[in-house]
Amino acid sequence: MRDALAQLPPLIASHVLLAAAAMALALVIGLPLGLASARRPRLAALVVGFASLIQTVPSLALLALFYPLLLALSALIGGGVPALGFLPALLALTLYALLPIIRNVVAGLKAIDPAVLQAADAVGMTPGQRLRLVEAPLAAPVAMAGIRTAAVWTIGAATLATTVGYPSLGNPIFAGLQIERWDLVLAGCIAAALLALVTDALLGLIERGIGRRRRGLAITGLGLLILGLLLAGLPLLRGPERTVTIGAKNFSEQYILARLIGRRLEQAGYQVTYREGLGSAVAFRALASGDIDVYVEYSGTLWAGAMGRTGAPARQAMLEGIARWMAEGPKTLLVGPLGFENAYAFAVRPGSGLKSIADLAARAPSLTLGADLEFLDRPEWHAVREAYGLRFKGTRAYSPTFMYRALETGQADAISAFSSDGRIAADHLVLLTDPKQAMPHYDAILLASPERAKDSRFLAALRPLVNAISVENMRAANYTVDRDADKQSPEAAARWLDQQTHR
Amino acid sequence: MSGAGGVQVAGREGQPVLAYEQASRRYAGVSAVDYVSLKIERGSFVALVGPSGSGKSTLLRLANRLDLPDTGRVLVDGKDIAHVDPIQLRRGIGYVFQNIGLFPHLTIAENIGIIPRLAGRGSIDVRAALERVGLSSDLADRLPAQLSGGQQQRVGIARALAGEGKLLLMDEPFGALDPVTRDRLGQMVRQLHDDLGLSTMLVTHDMAEALLLADRILVMTEGRIVADATPREILSGQAGPEADALVAVPRAQTKRLADLLP
Repeated sequence: MRDALAQLPPLIASHVLLAAAAMALALVIGLPLGLASARRPRLAALVVGFASLIQTVPSLALLALFYPLLLALSALIGGGVPALGFLPALLALTLYALLPIIRNVVAGLKAIDPAVLQAADAVGMTPGQRLRLVEAPLAAPVAMAGIRTAAVWTIGAATLATTVGYPSLGNPIFAGLQIERWDLVLAGCIAAALLALVTDALLGLIERGIGRRRRGLAITGLGLLILGLLLAGLPLLRGPERTVTIGAKNFSEQYILARLIGRRLEQAGYQVTYREGLGSAVAFRALASGDIDVYVEYSGTLWAGAMGRTGAPARQAMLEGIARWMAEGPKTLLVGPLGFENAYAFAVRPGSGLKSIADLAARAPSLTLGADLEFLDRPEWHAVREAYGLRFKGTRAYSPTFMYRALETGQADAISAFSSDGRIAADHLVLLTDPKQAMPHYDAILLASPERAKDSRFLAALRPLVNAISVENMRAANYTVDRDADKQSPEAAARWLDQQTHR
Repeated sequence: MSGAGGVQVAGREGQPVLAYEQASRRYAGVSAVDYVSLKIERGSFVALVGPSGSGKSTLLRLANRLDLPDTGRVLVDGKDIAHVDPIQLRRGIGYVFQNIGLFPHLTIAENIGIIPRLAGRGSIDVRAALERVGLSSDLADRLPAQLSGGQQQRVGIARALAGEGKLLLMDEPFGALDPVTRDRLGQMVRQLHDDLGLSTMLVTHDMAEALLLADRILVMTEGRIVADATPREILSGQAGPEADALVAVPRAQTKRLADLLP
C-alpha cells in the first residue's frame, strides 16, 4: 500500500490541473451561453439539447472520439495539435461539464420573480447593472448547485484521461485492475473520491455564502479552493525537465517492459514518465507524432495494423520490411527485436485432445472463443478465420486477466492467448499449432520516435536490450505479476528481468 | 386647493408634466392604447380607472418607456421621451406597482437607496425615507421577506420617492392589500403628493378609491379615454354612461350599507 500511496502526489497534481482547467473552460463557455439561453427560449432548446446529447455519449467513448478528431484537425492545419494527453481530455471533460452548468444557470435566471425584474428596469438599471445587482445574485444559488454537480462529475471522469495518455488518478486504477493489485485500484479510487468530496464541500460553502448573503463565507470558501488548487499543483513545480515518455499497452508484459526501459534510461540520466494503457493503434500513432518516445510493439501487429499488409512472411523478412517502411514513412526507428515472440496463439485447457487450429476448426461450432478486447477486430483474426473456416458457437471479449479466468472456469473453451504469457506454463495450457501459418510472427520490437531516432545517447542506453530477452525469462517475469498469490509489482518484475538481461 | 381638472397654475416652463399625443400601442394586432391624446398638469393627482384589459397599465408604462408607442409621441416635461436616455428617464420617475418587486436579496435600506446608488449620488437618509412612509427605522436592516405586505408596499413607495422625481406613476399599488391597509396607504400617498409637490398618476379599478384621492378621473375603455372629469362631475352624472356605470357600484354599496342601519 505504501508504494501505491507514494506515486499519488504527481498524479493528484495533474488530475487536479486537468479537472480545474476543464471546469474553468466550461464556466467560461457555459455561463454566457446559459445567460443567452435564458433570454432566448429557442437558443435554450438548442443548447440544452446539444449538451444533453453529449451526456448520452459514454464519457470513455467521448474521450476516445477526440483522438481521431484531433488527428484529423492536426492533419488539416499541417500538424502541431497533440491528439493524446491533455488536450483531448480537456475538451471531453469540458463538454461533459457544460450541461449541468448551462441547465442550472437557465433555471436560476428563469426562477427570478418577473416583478423583481420589472422593478429593476423601473428604477433605471442598465442591462449590466440588472445582471450584476439583481440577476446574478438571485440566480447564483441554483447556478452554484449546477457548478457543484459539474465539478464532482469532472473530477470523477478525469480518471478516464489515463486512457488517452494523460496521467491522472486513473493510472493506478487501470494499472491495478490490469495486474490485480487492488491496493492500487483502491488508492486511485479513494484519492479521486476525496478530491471530489473536498471540492464539493468548498463549493457548497461558497454556495451558502452567496445564498445567505454572507460574503465572508463565500470568500473563505473561494480562498480555500484556490489554496487547495495551489497545494495540489505543488508537485508540478519541480521543473519541466525534458523527460522521456515511455508508452505501454494495457497488459502486464507491457508494464514490465516499460519499467525495464525506464530503468535503463534512468541509469543513462534521463527523466522518465509513463503513458500506460494505450490501445495498439493509438500507441503507434502516438509514437509517430512524438507524444511518446519509445515503446515495445509486436511485429505482426504493426504489419497487419499500421502498415496494412496481408499475409505472414518469414520472421526476418517481416523485420526488414518493417524497418524499411518506417524509414520511408513515419520516420520512426526500429531499434531492434527484444529476442522473444508474443504471438497470438489459440490456447485450450489440457486434455481436450486438440493439437492444431485445424482440430479446433472442426469442433468450433460447439465451442465458445474467449478473446482479449481487441483481437476480434484485428486483421489477424479475420485471416485465421478465413484460412481455417473457424466458426464458433459464440465469442466473448475479456480484459486479458479475465480471459484466462474464463478459460479456467469453462466460460470459454479456447482463448486468444499470448505465447509469452506465464500463465500458459503455470496452467498447463495447450497452445495449438498453426499448420497453415495464417498468423504472422509477433516478435517484440523496440521502437523509437522520430526525434529519439537521432538521439545517440538514448539509443546507446537501449541497444543492450536487443535480442537479450528470452521467451522463458519473459514468461517468468509475466507470471510473477499475473499470478494470484505472492504477486509482484511490474517494477519488481522489471528489476528481476533487468538482472537476467545483463550481459 | 386642487384644481379639479380646471385651469392649473402653470409649471416651470408652462408645460404639462406628462403629455400623450396620438399615442397608440398594439399587442398582436389588438389595441391596448388607441390613439390617446392627453395632458397631465403639473401638481395634479390623476386617477385612471376602467375595467381590466382597458389599457390603463399600458398607458402608464408608456410614460417611463417600460413600453414604447407604435405611433404618436409621449412627452415628459415637454421632451419627446423617444429621444431621452431611458435609464436616466426612469431614475427620475417614481414607479410603484401591485407586485411591488422589492429586491429580495437586498435589505430595506439598500432597496430604498437603489436609485441614488445607481445614479452615483451616494447614500441617502434611510431613517427619514422610512419615516416619510410611516415605517420605523428599525426595519432598515431587514430583508423584504420579513415584512408584511403593507409594509413592503410602503418600502416600494419610499424607493420610488428616493429618486427625487416629481412624477409618480402608480399601477394598482394597493390591489393586493387588505381594505384597512389600502385606505391608510391611499391617504398617505395623497398626503405625500401634497407635501412633496408631486404629479401623480394612479391606475386603479376601484372607483371609490379614485373618487376619494384624485383631482381628476380618466375613464378608459378598450384603449380609449371615454371620460375625463372631476370626482364631483362624475358623482353628479355629467361624465357619460361608462363613468356612471363604474360609479354605480360604490354608490349602490353605500346605499345598501346605509339600509343595514336600524
